Amino acid sequence: MKVTRRQFLEGGVAAFTVTFAAPAVLSDLARAQGSSGRHLVVLYLGGGNDALSMLVPYQDQFYFSRRPTIAIPSGSVLQVGTDASRVALGFHPRLTGLKEIFDQGKLAVIQRTGYENQTRSHFQGIDVWATANPTNFSGMGWIGRYLDLLPSPVDPLVGWNTSGDSPRVLLSRTVSVPSIRDPRAYAFASPNAGAEAAVSRAVATRISSHVPIDRPQLSLVYESVRAAMGTLDRVANVATYTGTVSYPTTGFGAAMRAIAGAIVRGVGSKVFYVTTGGYDTHANQNPNGPNGTYATLMAALNDGLTAFYTDLRNQSALDDTLLMTFSEFGRRISENGSAGTDHGAAALMMVIGGRVNGGLYGTSANLNPDPGNPTLENGGADVRYTFDFRSVYARVIDGWLGADSAAILGGDFRRGELSFI
Amino acid sequence: MAVSFDQQIEHLLRRAGFGARQDELDLYRRQSVRGAVTALIDYESIEDDVDSMIQRDGYVQVTARPGVGFQPRTVIDDARQRWLFRMVHTNRPLQEKMTLFWHNHFATAYSKIAGLIGGDAATRYLAAKPSEDPGGVRGQIEMLREHALGNFRELLVEIAKDVAMLYWLDGRTNIRARPQENFAREIMELFTTGIGHYTEADVYAAARVFTGWNLRVVGAGATARLEFFYNAVQHDPTEKVFTFAIYPNGSKTIPARPAAEGMQDGLDFIDALAAHPATGPRLARKLFQFFVSEGAEPPAGFISRVAGTYYRTHYDMKSVVREVLLSSEFWDERAYFARYSWPVEFVVRAIKDVGWRGFSVNGALAPLNNMGQSLFEPPDVNGWDAGPLWFSTGAMLARMNFAAGLTFNQRFNLATAATPRAQSPERLLAYVMEGLPTAPMDEAVVAALTDYARGTTPWTGSATQIQNRTAGLAHLIVGSPEYQLL
Repeated sequence: MKVTRRQFLEGGVAAFTVTFAAPAVLSDLARAQGSSGRHLVVLYLGGGNDALSMLVPYQDQFYFSRRPTIAIPSGSVLQVGTDASRVALGFHPRLTGLKEIFDQGKLAVIQRTGYENQTRSHFQGIDVWATANPTNFSGMGWIGRYLDLLPSPVDPLVGWNTSGDSPRVLLSRTVSVPSIRDPRAYAFASPNAGAEAAVSRAVATRISSHVPIDRPQLSLVYESVRAAMGTLDRVANVATYTGTVSYPTTGFGAAMRAIAGAIVRGVGSKVFYVTTGGYDTHANQNPNGPNGTYATLMAALNDGLTAFYTDLRNQSALDDTLLMTFSEFGRRISENGSAGTDHGAAALMMVIGGRVNGGLYGTSANLNPDPGNPTLENGGADVRYTFDFRSVYARVIDGWLGADSAAILGGDFRRGELSFI
Repeated sequence: MAVSFDQQIEHLLRRAGFGARQDELDLYRRQSVRGAVTALIDYESIEDDVDSMIQRDGYVQVTARPGVGFQPRTVIDDARQRWLFRMVHTNRPLQEKMTLFWHNHFATAYSKIAGLIGGDAATRYLAAKPSEDPGGVRGQIEMLREHALGNFRELLVEIAKDVAMLYWLDGRTNIRARPQENFAREIMELFTTGIGHYTEADVYAAARVFTGWNLRVVGAGATARLEFFYNAVQHDPTEKVFTFAIYPNGSKTIPARPAAEGMQDGLDFIDALAAHPATGPRLARKLFQFFVSEGAEPPAGFISRVAGTYYRTHYDMKSVVREVLLSSEFWDERAYFARYSWPVEFVVRAIKDVGWRGFSVNGALAPLNNMGQSLFEPPDVNGWDAGPLWFSTGAMLARMNFAAGLTFNQRFNLATAATPRAQSPERLLAYVMEGLPTAPMDEAVVAALTDYARGTTPWTGSATQIQNRTAGLAHLIVGSPEYQLL
């Protein structure tokens, strides 16, 4: 047993961190549940990503006329060919790494995902995508329902959430998915040192094993403490991971490095959830200037994902990993008076991984503002969806996680043309 | 189990305040429960001098940066420290509690504003006091504090004109040629009626209502400041039609009026939202979750009583909150320890319970971030996801580790106070538990704590033993699930 003393708070407040010297890399439980199997990483672009700036229809005259200040010039997009409706498309110029992954056939773009009657509210949108239920979105998350179907007892580290909060998508009846923003801060501290501290940790573990009867509100906190105590040592093993490439110093970069570490070191997590925000670009969206708001978002996204992809490829872990992105909605086609865009409708999703059939899925909208334009909605203001977002989930659940999407999504949303995996 | 008078007062101070210091307990114990509620609500009669105690002996500390000093007007971490200091030491606990409620309701985040106008200015428009600012700027939180139990309609007008809000939801760029929907949507979805009571067409119309509600610079040099400015030339003067009543006669149309008089559009619209039949019940629900319980849906009777008071008093929050705090639901035994503490509530109560001499609230800032709640940094305009969602494992570990840091910092004070009561490990445990009220602990938990107090070697009552065990017990209890409930 090793006790390390360190300053863990600023302002002269110290405490003692208790760790065990040789943590088991993998619990027996995790091993039994097939940790060497596949990993799913779900990436949420928070705020409503502007799909038209990420995947640009650079020959559509209406794209330019409706976005006089924030259109991306056709000459600077990274061309990725034409889709089934013969619309020429290009990535945002800062997505150079993703373009390479696309060219290697390992990145699939699914255009115009959404659902009927969406309210354009962030909060309702997030809940709808989280529960995979556009009409009753207050229940468990779709990932939570997947975890509920795993054979019990479920390893407390079966899921790994890199954001500090606990999003609805991970809400489950049986598992409290740990949120581990920084593996190095995920440790047990005590006011005492040495043997006294070790005793504290043992008592805290003993208390956490208590199960209060008929006190659901209290039980929920107990579950969280139990999950924390049960995962400390495996997480400590990830804290030392640096990877084979240098990750960006952004929060997103750190989160992707932690996920790569958990995958490479085999801690047993199957599902990872990561959030990166700032996509609610109502004003000064500026996708063109090097320090423009949207250009900066794309830089952080590209650099973090590219480092992750390369690191996993270097360590032969790419074939076991699938990453899927989503956002609660796309944005309005026409820019607003603040050189930004307001809340819109159909969104864009991406899927990356060693076993992905890359390419462009679905068709682009025609941006002609004619209210009769069938590819648009809301009087021609917004892009209309063609793929129910649950069809993308269904493919991932059936084709990657090997579970039954109809059971998890409450219906059959399978679409054969979504053959990205 | 009968609830004692002391337990009632402690319940009241946990909910209507941030827990109780000994001097607060002594003060409120001298009154009836009803009298204590009245004293909390009528806080204007209590002197508001808490800020003048900052950096004095006997109070929790703040940490000033070397060479710069303590600058809560321009440095966001110092503004955070000042607010935490107030929560610990104020004699107007309900005012601070309602300020936190409104900060969550009108959730405005520092980082976006700082990205637009810099950290110093962002802090100023969020947290400056007029008395300390050369330009007389009153930051958003000071406005909310001033109106903490004021009139809700006036609060809506103030927030619509608030400089930080005009940045946060982009109202400053809302002009007639291109109306900006961000504030227009959120004032309905989040600040008043809630979702389901308006259409997309209402959002567009509301955006036009607020065209011209922009900003301008006044003054020069050190006294220069931004202020709200109704810019008539940028206002869309044409009529705006809604799907719900705007005027008491049922009319759904804000008439076309000359641009010079166009600011009245927004005032009419705010009147309509304050009077909307969904706004009172929605506020009642939020107040139920904040003050009473988060578990079940609030009883229909509670909603209709509180919403009824809201409309009858023309949106007087003092009357509304009095109705809440005197409700049978608030005093129901089942409501005791039935609410998950927010991270700042947990931190402030722990400081009040464990002790503060020699502790700086600066030491709470990083842990609060790990617990999921930095003041002035709500995750989005919907505020924090309260309730069960506070308790991710990482956030719970952060609470346990804050308890470790605080009890380590206070170990000498704790030992000194405990020594007269430490004749045996059992007595020491009883003493520590008495000072740290929690939801009832099951026998198995008390047994584990008792075993910890007894230790593995015989009890000698040595100074070292008392110090280790007192801090150790306080750590385990403040970090326990039972202590996380209010």
